[in-house]
Amino acid sequence: MDKETKKVLFEPLIDNNPITLQVLGVCSALAVTSQMSTSLIMALALTSVTACSSAAISAVRKHTPGSIRIIVQMIIIASLVIVVDQILKAFAFEVSKKLSVFVGLIITNCIVMGRAEAYAMKNPPLQSFVDGIGNGMGYSLILILVALFRETLGSGKLLGFEVLPLLKDGGWYVPNGLMLLPPSAFFIIGLIIWAVRTWKPKQVERNEFKILSIAHGEGGHH
Amino acid sequence: MEAYISLFVKAVFIENLALSFFLGMCTFLAVSKKISTAMGLGIAVMVVQTLTVPANNFIYQTLLKEDALSWIGITGVDLSFLSLLSCIGMIAAIVQILEMILDKFFPALYQALGIFLPLITVNCAILAGSLFMIERDYNFSESVVYGIGSGFGWALAITVMAGVREKLKYSDIPAALQGLGITFITAGLMSLGFMAFSGIQL
Repeated sequence: MDKETKKVLFEPLIDNNPITLQVLGVCSALAVTSQMSTSLIMALALTSVTACSSAAISAVRKHTPGSIRIIVQMIIIASLVIVVDQILKAFAFEVSKKLSVFVGLIITNCIVMGRAEAYAMKNPPLQSFVDGIGNGMGYSLILILVALFRETLGSGKLLGFEVLPLLKDGGWYVPNGLMLLPPSAFFIIGLIIWAVRTWKPKQVERNEFKILSIAHGEGGHH
Repeated sequence: MEAYISLFVKAVFIENLALSFFLGMCTFLAVSKKISTAMGLGIAVMVVQTLTVPANNFIYQTLLKEDALSWIGITGVDLSFLSLLSCIGMIAAIVQILEMILDKFFPALYQALGIFLPLITVNCAILAGSLFMIERDYNFSESVVYGIGSGFGWALAITVMAGVREKLKYSDIPAALQGLGITFITAGLMSLGFMAFSGIQL
């Protein structure tokens, strides 16, 4: 693997993560993460759609007039999502019921559109495919992290196996119901962003204004 | 009548698209810095939602649903797998038409909403409205009410969020939490507030 491919593949994991830095694809990251199994399926579905659609869009990029490119992209993405949706319904019906509309919403998931616009329209198919995989992995990483916290703390289980023995089954852990509710996903992603940006100060957003610090004895009236 | 009122209240508060289903989050987080722009986008979403949900409902009920084609004598055909494609096509078309109509007849309104309209095609709240409508099998009049209600709920959420964020300017936030991080946590707290409605049975 040459250097360029490696960069395209691994940069979206932390340094240019679609969720925590590019603010793309947040909706489904929040909605499907109350269980690990749904998160894994969603991550897999999104990664494959992003990679295939990037490759397909990049392959026709020289034949697409600029004015109708959004519609062309939409149709390519929608067709791929229908394929994924049908596969899930055939082989993982239970999970696809739980994901309900969120599989369909991959169409409007900004990661897919965003990478198509920002990368696939300018680069050859193979590289775009790798870029799609990379961004899909960055998305999967956050999804798995959030689901890890939410399912373990919320129901004491992970992928259906008991991790923290619950009080009602004779164990010691009292499940935190809040973790299964929507707000916890916001909090966990907020905290992940905080952690990532403390680790990588380059990603911190600067304010457009400054808060004046009022120091003692600096010309102020006491 | 009562059923429609409760459907409306449910769509606005209990099943708020932004805060309990996290839909349209990308624009929700990106465009909520100022109240005026947030409100503009909110109104645009509401208008588009009110048009697209009933339109998609009409197509689904008359063309795509199982046995829906029986009115032209074709039975046993189930085209519902095409609903994703037809929904997104319909939404893109309606947004495009709306943009042209506004540009031609209401230039002032077009100036105000114009920049938001293309954003709306890829706003997942719009597509989700139509998909929820299909999943819950609403009839036509229910879909009108649901379209208005869910659009209004989203507009309400983004306007409130923008209000909070304008005030947040005055607070001293840890550097790494600045911007996106604190916005997520604020949205979480607001969503917690909306959870209070979830016990209401209508």
